[in-house]
Amino acid sequence: MKKIVALVLAALMLTVMFAGCGDNTNTDDTNTDEKVITIGIYEPASGSNGAGGKQETLGIKYAHSVCPTVEIGGETYTVKLEAADNQSSNDKAPTAAAELISKGAKVVLGSYGSGVSIAASDTFKNAGVPVIGVTCTNPQVTEGNDHYFRICFLDPFQGTVLANYAYELGYRTAYTLAENGNDYDEGLAYYFTQAFTALGGTVENANFPENTSDFNSYITNAETAGADVIFAPTSINYAQLIVEQAAAKGADIALMASDTWDSNQVLAAAAGKDIDIQVTTFYQEGGNAEFDEGFKAWLNSDAQNITDNGGNDMIAAVSAMGYDAYFVALEAIKAAGSTDSAAIMEAIWDVNYTGVTGPITFEGDVNGDAVRTTAYIKKANTETVAWDFVKEQGVN
Amino acid sequence: MKNKKIVYKAIDIALIVVLFALVFLADQFLPSYDIKFKVLQKGAVFALVAVSMNLLNGFTGLFSLGQAGFMLLGAYTYAIFTIPNESRLAVYKYYTMTNAAGEEVGGLVQTVLPMGIAIILAGVVAAVFAYFIGLPVLRLKSDYLAIASLGFAEILRAICQWKGLGTLTNGSNQLRMYPYFNSIMPYFLIAGLCIAIIALLIKSTYGRAFKAIRDDEIAAEAMGINLAKHKMISFVTSSFFAGVGGALFAMYQNTIQAKPFTTTLTYEILLIVVIGGIGSISGSVFASFLYIACSEWWLRFLDTDGVIPGLTRNGFRLVVFSAAIMVIVLFFRRGIMGDKEFSTERLVKGAKNLGSRFSKKKEVK
Amino acid sequence: MNLTIDHILAGISAGGQYALIAIGYTMVYGILRLINFAHGDVFMASGLIIVYLTTAMPLQYAIPVVVIATVLLGFLIERAAYKPLRQAPRMSVMISAIGVSYLIQNLALYITGGLPQTYPSIPWVSDSVEIFGAITKRVTVITPILTLILVVLLVVLIRYTKIGMAMRAVSKDFETSQLMGIKINKVISTTFIIGSFLACIGSLLYFTSYQSVTPTSGAMPGLKAFVAAVFGGIGSIPGAVVGAFVIGICENIIKSSTDFSIFSDAFTFALLIIVLCVKPTGLFGEKTTDKV
Repeated sequence: MKKIVALVLAALMLTVMFAGCGDNTNTDDTNTDEKVITIGIYEPASGSNGAGGKQETLGIKYAHSVCPTVEIGGETYTVKLEAADNQSSNDKAPTAAAELISKGAKVVLGSYGSGVSIAASDTFKNAGVPVIGVTCTNPQVTEGNDHYFRICFLDPFQGTVLANYAYELGYRTAYTLAENGNDYDEGLAYYFTQAFTALGGTVENANFPENTSDFNSYITNAETAGADVIFAPTSINYAQLIVEQAAAKGADIALMASDTWDSNQVLAAAAGKDIDIQVTTFYQEGGNAEFDEGFKAWLNSDAQNITDNGGNDMIAAVSAMGYDAYFVALEAIKAAGSTDSAAIMEAIWDVNYTGVTGPITFEGDVNGDAVRTTAYIKKANTETVAWDFVKEQGVN
Repeated sequence: MKNKKIVYKAIDIALIVVLFALVFLADQFLPSYDIKFKVLQKGAVFALVAVSMNLLNGFTGLFSLGQAGFMLLGAYTYAIFTIPNESRLAVYKYYTMTNAAGEEVGGLVQTVLPMGIAIILAGVVAAVFAYFIGLPVLRLKSDYLAIASLGFAEILRAICQWKGLGTLTNGSNQLRMYPYFNSIMPYFLIAGLCIAIIALLIKSTYGRAFKAIRDDEIAAEAMGINLAKHKMISFVTSSFFAGVGGALFAMYQNTIQAKPFTTTLTYEILLIVVIGGIGSISGSVFASFLYIACSEWWLRFLDTDGVIPGLTRNGFRLVVFSAAIMVIVLFFRRGIMGDKEFSTERLVKGAKNLGSRFSKKKEVK
Repeated sequence: MNLTIDHILAGISAGGQYALIAIGYTMVYGILRLINFAHGDVFMASGLIIVYLTTAMPLQYAIPVVVIATVLLGFLIERAAYKPLRQAPRMSVMISAIGVSYLIQNLALYITGGLPQTYPSIPWVSDSVEIFGAITKRVTVITPILTLILVVLLVVLIRYTKIGMAMRAVSKDFETSQLMGIKINKVISTTFIIGSFLACIGSLLYFTSYQSVTPTSGAMPGLKAFVAAVFGGIGSIPGAVVGAFVIGICENIIKSSTDFSIFSDAFTFALLIIVLCVKPTGLFGEKTTDKV
């Protein structure tokens, strides 16, 4: 009996498979009737970058709630958001990307994390769909292609900014800590090291395996190496552990990190502890009062939003970036005057938009990276549990 | 009776031809970014890897959990030897070096092999490693073998990620820009060819010896089967095809990195083998398409908010999926095919049995 | 390589945590000849349960509740996933264990929504203290001591109580002990209950040290604990404890070298393979003869 059920199942599967292949109808036809344009959200909602991906998605969703329609050639189109979870994993990237395209995405936003962006790049390229990278800072994302854009600054810039700043603070020996096989971590550690050694500092590079939770030995290593600062451009999961363990050890060493650490969850781990954390980031809360107020009200309107934001209504820079990315996409769609991906791709090059995180323009860049010249430096205030703005910093 | 057998065989062959014809059609009509396109590609890759694991676990009775490690070796070998020289500088960004002529080049390897040769080399490298790993590991008994092979896979992964080998493996960073097939057919052809070779091997005297070892090691030895030799043949062959599967996996993904080749990947392949039926090649093939289609495509709607209010949200897909797997493991232990192979003959017989069973039930009433 | 007292301390602490998990593996293996792959995930689930419990009740109530919940989870897994397969080949049971592990991880992913959960601080235990000039959490010191106390209690239980005697009998010979009137299912359930209880204590200590729970948190500690159990000779409780401390300390010694620190996980497996090749029964394992 079981055998027969199994055979029937197998046969059924094959027929469905190929029946599925046969129907080649695209979502295009329905779009023209209902006047809908779909924007894809290609973000991790689980895995090691899940927390950051969710905050970025929140920014996009908020932007959508602010402006759910777009004018295309004199007609009003409703914007529909479709999300696919890439699970922070490169091997899930191609199907997640294909899923978005199957759902009819004309332009895609994302991802948080560079590795998944690089891995899905060719799928989007073959589909001719433009992608606007929100916070994937590795240069390899946009290098050598026409369809991948980006609105944030790049690792060489961010790494150099951090190295300059660390040197300014009088640090001379640094210890970098990166997750093995994470393009984001490794890229930043590499550029930080380059810039810092060029200034005359010394750097020791360390990598830790995936799923590490015991960082005690690494912190001890940094101490014995005589490091003044640990530079750990890791994802939030590890950030919490590193902060917590460094504080528990009473390590007399400063922590420095990149935009990923700009998160309320890192602050929560540092709350009430004697620890010095400084990060570079894209946006400082208070930078745009209107956005801050609106976003907070929106977050508080739904308990799920608060959960996704890490338990409170503090604004993450990646949310602000997500917000801007959505409007850059809308600008491009408007300028293209069509729902056609190829036209939108062309139009992105000429977008000139001033967002909450500053002016965004792709002019004069061959790779499609927004021209960004400043980063915000923030310091964790462990008493008020908030980020204190330190200064804006560029590369001289 | 004999004629009937020939007819059935002919239908079997015709079915395979039809399958490839359908793949050909799919290639014509499906754009490469279509989810079905990806599912068919990935399904073919996993079918090959699952069959190679089945050769070991199902036909030889060696419970090995090292498949991910050998896939990793295959994927890396393929990628390292096919990245065009002009792209190497961009790929090996952090590991540039100067060559004899004083130019800056990316990475140690500057030889570019044709795709076909690189795929075979991928299998060979995996097989060579398998030979040396097999020497100590194959002496171990069931659970110990499982855990030792799993350990070796983890060690291989750590070595591939080591900075000391950065000029070869690009450290733990992605390898990319290597050539890949942007159609479905080559995946089906290569996987199909490899699976056919495995099927022939299983039908040969070697295959019978494997099964004898699986059923009773001591009896097999008493019959004059050289245990060590046959176990090694099975292990090396399986790893060779896992390596080829790894090369195809690298192509499917367009970029490759050691990170996803964890024990989780091995477990996934193992579950495919179990769903298909331990000891059935056609079962593994069906199961891999079913598994990939469910996990990557059909069940995705479960991740969308509000399909079933309050229940469906991100991650629900995987819960349903793993619960379904548990049901199969517990209640349908023989999987789709048990240890039988698919054939038209069996299908017709099965249908007849089914018919007679129903008519019997009516009689009882 | 800059070995300091900190590395050794971290190693001893890690060893104690692995030991508590390893006992669960070694006892189950001793009786059922099953690598309970889901054990590491029970350990993770225990950590997750307390995170959610503390949002509803104060910590002093949450701890006993989590102990009960974890024990119940271990018991249920045995009943639902292993008991129906008692007559099946060993490979099937092992696959079932892998399936359970997959299910628990995915369930955790679904419940947490993929976000890492911050483990509550347990007062006093989480405070920093200075020991031999190294500052560390008090839990680092408590872990090995508590582990040793629990192990002594467990050995006493197995040596001198009736259920302990039954366990020893079952692990010696499954069928004969059944014939002698031992209630096999009761013994197996007790084994799982003890294993889960220790995993729960292990999880309390582990996550107090590393205060973040993710769905995959249990995977690596679980595998390492299993290696520890094999290293010490699977089926032997003192062996598992010694193995766990050796692995914990060696791993942190490797981590003290910047160049080789990424091999800290791989090293554990290398050690396992060496042990299996040189002395397959482990340090304290008994030589078993295969019955035809």
